[in-house]
Amino acid sequence: MFSFEFMQNAYIAGTFIAIICGIMGVYVVGRNMSFLSHMLSEIGFSGAAFGIFMGWQALTGMLLFTIVSSILIGKMSVQASRRESAISAVSSLFLGLGILFLSISNKNVSYATNILFGSVIGIGRDEVNQVLLLTIVSLVFILFMYRPLKFDSFDHIGASVKGIHTNFVSILFLVVLALSVSTAAQIVGSLLIFVLLTLPAAAAKIVARTVSGMMLFSIGAALIGVWLGLYLGYITNWPVSFFIASIECIIYFGSMLFRQEN
Amino acid sequence: MTETLIQVHNLAMDFPEQQLFNQLSFDVDRREFLSIIGENGVGKTTLIRILLNQLKPTGGDIKFRKGTKIGYVPQFRNIDQDYPLSIRDFVALNLQDGKAPWLTKSERMRLDEILEETDLVDIQNTRMGRASGGQKQKAYLAQALVDQPDLLILDESTASLDSVRKYELFNLVQHFNQQHDLTVISVTHDFDLMKQYSNRYLMLKKDHYALGDVDDINSEEDLLNV
Ligand SMILES: Nc1ncnc2c1ncn2[C@@H]1O[C@H](COP(=O)(O)OP(=O)(O)OP(=O)(O)O)[C@@H](O)[C@H]1O
Ligand SMILES: [Mg+2]
Repeated sequence: MFSFEFMQNAYIAGTFIAIICGIMGVYVVGRNMSFLSHMLSEIGFSGAAFGIFMGWQALTGMLLFTIVSSILIGKMSVQASRRESAISAVSSLFLGLGILFLSISNKNVSYATNILFGSVIGIGRDEVNQVLLLTIVSLVFILFMYRPLKFDSFDHIGASVKGIHTNFVSILFLVVLALSVSTAAQIVGSLLIFVLLTLPAAAAKIVARTVSGMMLFSIGAALIGVWLGLYLGYITNWPVSFFIASIECIIYFGSMLFRQEN
Repeated sequence: MTETLIQVHNLAMDFPEQQLFNQLSFDVDRREFLSIIGENGVGKTTLIRILLNQLKPTGGDIKFRKGTKIGYVPQFRNIDQDYPLSIRDFVALNLQDGKAPWLTKSERMRLDEILEETDLVDIQNTRMGRASGGQKQKAYLAQALVDQPDLLILDESTASLDSVRKYELFNLVQHFNQQHDLTVISVTHDFDLMKQYSNRYLMLKKDHYALGDVDDINSEEDLLNV
């Protein structure tokens, strides 16, 4: 299987995406933002439509849309109670724009829909390098902000009492999240990003009791899903995303059972 | 010799709909235990938010002794049943001086020490979401103290506790007040607690306030009449 270059690429890119989603996911879950990460992947789709309409690269449009909407959402939802509605409002607007651009651009719609479902099989070296760059940028950010981000994500009130600039931390986090979602989504599809960003971390939240423990578990769960999913996709010719989504669901429900046993 | 930790001078706070206080002046000495009391909505939490620099007063000023570090246990916290972190990891959140993801040796020692002193060692691996109300309050206290503040501010920390847990928590606070020179400001509605643990009180009322020694007050009626 590894004698094919496309499988090598898929494994390398998949591994890095699993690591970055595993880590970012812990904060997404800690901050109760699963809903947002779902919307971000769809906003990314709209951004791609916009990029195509403008004759840019799809990624440029995606980055533009996801980052702008993240900042808007971050600014609007200073109060957590308002966040859900802020997310709904902003995503509705951007999704509407996406539909508009798709319909007036007359260009290849299938490229934009690719972004929703994508495929990790068939990506080239360039894309692998993009993923690598994305992973490094996000990891540097996480390392740099580790303690304040952890405090704010798991005890927002305590963090603001401490004088941590929670707004700044929050918007910066959203921007890095937007960056990861867009870059990874145009390569493996936003459905898969959503799965890898939410399920492994949600399972980790059930099982682990420390942030570092959650990260290890979440990365591990994401890696198992990606590696096994790629293998099963290779031998069956069924979509890899299907296998990965199923494996992550199994891990998640398994964790819930584990919790009930204990 | 007493040293002054906080000097509040002619403080005023006006919200568009109402004036909470004006010309409020008081000092807090180092090692003092001050209780703030008053009806719901009179402005106790607002006063504390001003002390914490989270809110700008509309008038007056506050001076802190140089380098005063504040630990604060807020009135409300959102820790639900599914909250994942253990008590230990939750307390450690407030160790923010280091930059590395992992704790240094001295930070770990400090963490062990505070868990020991707040009686949380045996349950340090319990999830916060599963801890009882009393255990949670102790964990909030430990988190505020792990950073070794000079001043501790408690906002109705005992409101949800039964009478045993209430005294347990305040015995701990008293221990830090007496053994570690911690200055304490405690907002409470509980007369007995105030009487037993604090040296002085600040009674906030609509339009005026009263300040005095707890020893001069023998019943809740005394307090209402000051
Ligand atoms: N940012 C704000 N803007 C406008 N009004 C405010 C603001 N913060 C507080 N208030 C008002 O100030 C009053 C005092 O509120 P505060 O929370 O300080 O009361 P409290 O004494 O702590 O009450 P409780 O005992 O119920 O905790 C309330 O009427 C509240 O509505
Ligand atoms: Mg209050």
